[in-house]
Amino acid sequence: MTKTKKDGVALTVLRYDPARATTPYYQTFNVTATKDTTVLDALFQVLEDHDHSLAFRYSCRSAVCGSCAMFINGWYRLACSTLISEIGRDIVVQPLPRLPIIKDLVVDLTSFFEKYEVVKPYVVPTKPIPEKEWIQSPQQRSKIDLSTDCIMCAACYSSCPSVWTGKNYLGPAALLQAYRFAADSRDGILRDRVQVLGSEDGLWRCHTIFNCTEACPKNLNPARFIESLKRTATKETLKARILFFR
Amino acid sequence: MFQHDVIIVGGGLAGLRAAIEASALVDTAVVSRVHPLRSHTKAAQGGINAALGNAEGGRDDTPEKHAFDTVKGSDFLADQDAAELMTGMAPQCLFELEHWGCAFSRTDDGKIAQRPFGGAGFPRTCYGADRTGLYLLQTVYEQSVKRNVKQYQEYFVTSLIIDEGSCRGVIALNIKTGELVPIGAKATILATGGIAWAYSISTNSMINTGNGMTIAYRAGVPLKDMEFIQFHPTGLYPSGLLITEGARGEGGYLVNSKGERFMERYAPKAMELAPRDIVSRSIQKEIDEGRAFENAYVHLDLRHLGREKIMTRLPGIRELCLLFAGLDPIDKPIPVRPAAHYTMGGIDCNLNCETRLKGLYAAGECSCISVHGANRLGGNSLLDCVVFGKVAGEKASKFAKSLRDGTDQGLVQSFLEREQKRVEAFQNGNGIEEPTVLRDEVRLILTQKVGMFRSGSELEEALEKIRRLRGRFSHLRPINFDNVFNLDLIRTFEVEAMLELAEIITAAALARKESRGAHVRLDFPQRDDEHFLKHTLAHYTPMGPKLDYSPVKITRYTPEARKY
Repeated sequence: MTKTKKDGVALTVLRYDPARATTPYYQTFNVTATKDTTVLDALFQVLEDHDHSLAFRYSCRSAVCGSCAMFINGWYRLACSTLISEIGRDIVVQPLPRLPIIKDLVVDLTSFFEKYEVVKPYVVPTKPIPEKEWIQSPQQRSKIDLSTDCIMCAACYSSCPSVWTGKNYLGPAALLQAYRFAADSRDGILRDRVQVLGSEDGLWRCHTIFNCTEACPKNLNPARFIESLKRTATKETLKARILFFR
Repeated sequence: MFQHDVIIVGGGLAGLRAAIEASALVDTAVVSRVHPLRSHTKAAQGGINAALGNAEGGRDDTPEKHAFDTVKGSDFLADQDAAELMTGMAPQCLFELEHWGCAFSRTDDGKIAQRPFGGAGFPRTCYGADRTGLYLLQTVYEQSVKRNVKQYQEYFVTSLIIDEGSCRGVIALNIKTGELVPIGAKATILATGGIAWAYSISTNSMINTGNGMTIAYRAGVPLKDMEFIQFHPTGLYPSGLLITEGARGEGGYLVNSKGERFMERYAPKAMELAPRDIVSRSIQKEIDEGRAFENAYVHLDLRHLGREKIMTRLPGIRELCLLFAGLDPIDKPIPVRPAAHYTMGGIDCNLNCETRLKGLYAAGECSCISVHGANRLGGNSLLDCVVFGKVAGEKASKFAKSLRDGTDQGLVQSFLEREQKRVEAFQNGNGIEEPTVLRDEVRLILTQKVGMFRSGSELEEALEKIRRLRGRFSHLRPINFDNVFNLDLIRTFEVEAMLELAEIITAAALARKESRGAHVRLDFPQRDDEHFLKHTLAHYTPMGPKLDYSPVKITRYTPEARKY
């Protein structure tokens, strides 16, 4: 299909319907845009005016629910917070790369969430629970700053070469969660956590390529948190060995 | 067929909190139209109220004072026993969330940080920067994972299964396969959120279309106080995205095009921190009387707070402004106008979250117990979700444990076939009407005629138009046949629910001939306790809603004039 721009924006979308075709293909739609139109708005134009069968995920339209991470003009973005006026009038939208496609722009995130569950994504206190809140100083709280802000959109997971090549590698989002709980002053199972993270498919498969950091639409830095976890893991392992030799 | 003791429809804060409670006792599953981590709770920003007394200036706060503020904020329509229950349970529920690891901001001495919010006598709103909803949703999701609560992700519930006056589960559309499946349960909790997306200017997620409310309504459970829709004072212009009340709690000013802090005229004591109904109307008045920018919005000015405070307390707001308005609130004021935000009304239920249908419970924004009455205070909705999610989970699981038998197979089959016929009817449509056109029209009618300022003649006009739209809905074009991720079909179900609820909202607003809280009638400008200190109940009939009323529970606070 040839691209035309006469109505404003040429929106090319990767289409794939497992029930109909065996291979994905590209389809271009003419949509209109004002300065406030987002890529998500444009996808709705396609769904409502051109093709009732287009599939994509959406919910909050305010860059927080994490539903609409896609590969837009060659980069990882949230469709809802990507203004067309900022990326030009020729737009190519693909689902998050290297994940199984369910239909069109909807990908299967089963492995992503399974790996999240592996890292025990919750605080496990080992001290008796206080009557009121745990006392956590602002300094202690600052240790988990930003690591709490992940929206689980899976952009980093899709971008990581170690995930592409290591089917069981936990990946940046799960490891960022691992950091968040390991660094929380209320958690008491650091040694257990380090053991899981130190396994073959854990921390050490991160080769600090920083794709995750570049891909994150929330400007988080998973690679930095993984680095910090690596240091903690090394320290904990050494401590355990010293105890053993004594 | 799937079968559980308790199923919960909706995976937001109320639903997951209920799941945590219920799973301690019985086999529990959550059924949600999106992955639970995509729920609208995540968009909540400012905080959650509890009288902890952690903040400087908040030491004398008590649950009783919290209850009074809630009741006064509700313009005395809240049931006072419900408000007392909620505010009394609040501190313990907050500590529980903190023990589960919720990432609250901290005071210097390491306690949960609290900030001032509208209509509250003390700094009572516990927060995690301006991402409180995100942190709370993470916490309850994490706990549900820890407890191995079964999840049905991307299942869109279309109907309840009813057996001789008892709810015995739901029929749901598996979005990923297109299959309609029965999920049987001894007890069902609806925690499906509100309907503010039915307004064209809205802070809400696009999934807040009220379908959970309509499935209860269609099964004979009345909807209560639906005329009370909250408009948040500060929706970002033009998208309506939420700019938290916390921005004013931290000291932000509202300024009109003449450079005046106009709240002086409307609430000289509370200023920007008057309750939301009052601030929203004040902003709209400034706009209507020609003191707005581009005749459309006023400014929320945070510049005097300084970079440091904005970066630490309101980083999410700054990010939203940068992404969607192309401005940095450190240097520039934020353009804002009121936007539909919250449904005070909902599925009628009692203090135990029980509806009139045995085995059916409701919690969170879709429910109406009622704790918010005619106007909800900021910070009370997350609290409502946590407290009554817990209550619903506890009551439903105890009820489920007392029952022996699962859901009757033959019965399930008849409900399944009914829903299959409904889908087929959509897909075999022989008309020309476009569902999303009807949706756009109803959203516009609600915003223009059933908004912050209402009048009898406009409401009558709106009601007639909405009824005509409902008529057109039975002449839809054929809906898409695809099985996998059929958005066309789901959005048709949504439009059906939005039209039905729009009619209820409008009919209830027309019948309430007084002004109370968020419901203002220009033709009846006074509150009328003699005739309208009562809850509206809308009952389903094939001809449209039938209205009647129920008394407001008053314990210790006598209705008085509401001044701030």
